[in-house]
Amino acid sequence: MNALDQIFVLAEHWLAGLAPAPVRPLVSMLLIIAGLMAVFGTCFALTTILERKTLGRMQNRFGPNRVGPFGLFQPVADGIKMLIKEDIVPFSADKAVHFLAPLALTVPVWLAFAVLPFGRNMSAIELDAGILFFFAIGSASELAVFMAGWSSQNKYSLVGAMRAIAQMISYEVPLVLASIPVLMAAGSLSLPDIAQAQSGFALGWVPRWNVFTPWGLAGFAVFFIAAAAESNRCPFDLPEGESELIAGFLTEYSGFKYALFFLGEYLGLFAVTGLAVTLFLGGWQAPAQWLEWLPSWGWFAAKFSALIFLFIWIRATLPRLRMDQLLNFAWKFLVPLALINLFVAAVWLKFPAAMPIRWLLCAGLLVVPYVWLGRRWNGVTPKQRQYDYAE
Amino acid sequence: MLGLGILKGLIETWRNFQGGYYDPARLTTVQYPEEKLPPQENARTIPFLVYDGADPLAGMRCTACSICAVECPAHCIVIVKDTVKKPDYLGKMQFHPKVFDIDMAVCMECGVCAEVCPFDSIKMDRVFELSSDNRSMVLQKLDLAKSNDYFRQIHPVEAAAVDAARAEEQRKAQAKKDASPVPTVP
Repeated sequence: MNALDQIFVLAEHWLAGLAPAPVRPLVSMLLIIAGLMAVFGTCFALTTILERKTLGRMQNRFGPNRVGPFGLFQPVADGIKMLIKEDIVPFSADKAVHFLAPLALTVPVWLAFAVLPFGRNMSAIELDAGILFFFAIGSASELAVFMAGWSSQNKYSLVGAMRAIAQMISYEVPLVLASIPVLMAAGSLSLPDIAQAQSGFALGWVPRWNVFTPWGLAGFAVFFIAAAAESNRCPFDLPEGESELIAGFLTEYSGFKYALFFLGEYLGLFAVTGLAVTLFLGGWQAPAQWLEWLPSWGWFAAKFSALIFLFIWIRATLPRLRMDQLLNFAWKFLVPLALINLFVAAVWLKFPAAMPIRWLLCAGLLVVPYVWLGRRWNGVTPKQRQYDYAE
Repeated sequence: MLGLGILKGLIETWRNFQGGYYDPARLTTVQYPEEKLPPQENARTIPFLVYDGADPLAGMRCTACSICAVECPAHCIVIVKDTVKKPDYLGKMQFHPKVFDIDMAVCMECGVCAEVCPFDSIKMDRVFELSSDNRSMVLQKLDLAKSNDYFRQIHPVEAAAVDAARAEEQRKAQAKKDASPVPTVP
């Protein structure tokens, strides 16, 4: 528990202590909010440029390298461009809803950061039901997306929004189902408790992170895929598929409102990545005993960056799914697998500990349905559609 | 098994990602203002007028015959003939253009004018950085005039052929002049 580990907590206490006693709680809250917004705002700017550069490298291009050293000031240029662009609202749009949609997307997403533990003693509010709060807040973005699509009075916007709703509601189910085993293992809904429950090392060197158990690995995979779909990332970016829908629900947005949508989308990605780190990768825990002297928030940041890189890597690799493939994948593969995973986690928790056979049994219980479901799903060829009049 | 193809794809993108850092041949991008591709001899952009010697007005090969202006599919060439004749490289008296304008906005760089020119006067240039702070896109006679040395430099093969043909013609004309008796006034 060194000073470096708690540097942000101590700094916040010290700064809040400077304020007069009656307003101290308020100042403390504002400091935390300002800190979160500064850190994740910067993170958003950096991710946009690093994503473009990484994608470029993966396609054997340089990526943006004109603005500043190595193109690192590109987000500044993008921001200025977005700010000075004309804000066009379609003539027949529902003006009020069109204006509110980007705000309705961005504000709840910021709220989701309130419950994430970014380090030891570093969560803004320690809710007992933090994960419930997270999912409740996270599902608000569907409404915002539909507001954007509906109010634009544009067929592309509406189709994009309808796709987004179908996709987000479908993938919310595996997302929640994949995180339930973690709650069973930790016996708590509070995110700091879940991170704390993954401390320690099995056999002296394997961290007790959930991802190193069979149900945790399967849960992490399901959670990761569902998270990509929740935040409209490639290969699940159907709601804004450029080649078929122009920009989906973003079609009628320009200027700063468009930037707000992007901000909301990336912040949603960060929030759900932070949740994945907390649930499966041990939160702020160090991966080895001799590395525990490094600050806990550093470990959180490292795991978080690795997962963001994985998202970018997958974006560069996979092509976009078709709508029926997307929904089939959610309902016929991920949801059954998540349910089986729930059962396997129960088996794992009820079995006596310290038995290698437990690991093999649980892995077998997961691999068999995985292969079976995968084969079943692979073999399905969609029925040739019959057109009565179009041909 | 489901997922193996995804792993293969991830390995492939990873190879591309880190390959560019130690194998510059992977990155085929030419970063234009700093780097340029070597110019191609066959490249062609807007036409120019070739002149011999040092003085553009004295050495201009153009005889204002207007074949290029007529053939030009876009009608971007305007020629006005001068009233006085001047001797050309064979010693023949020829007209010269008083005005020779090419409207760059209209020219489509097809090269028909250079094909049809019987005097090897109009040729296709190779410049492509044509932006300017001047809105007028009409190039006049003196803007268009470029020396034969420049022509030799950008299209060495074609220029050598033209030079050889012209030297041959000059030699023949000289021989004819030497052979024929001095014309006497009847």
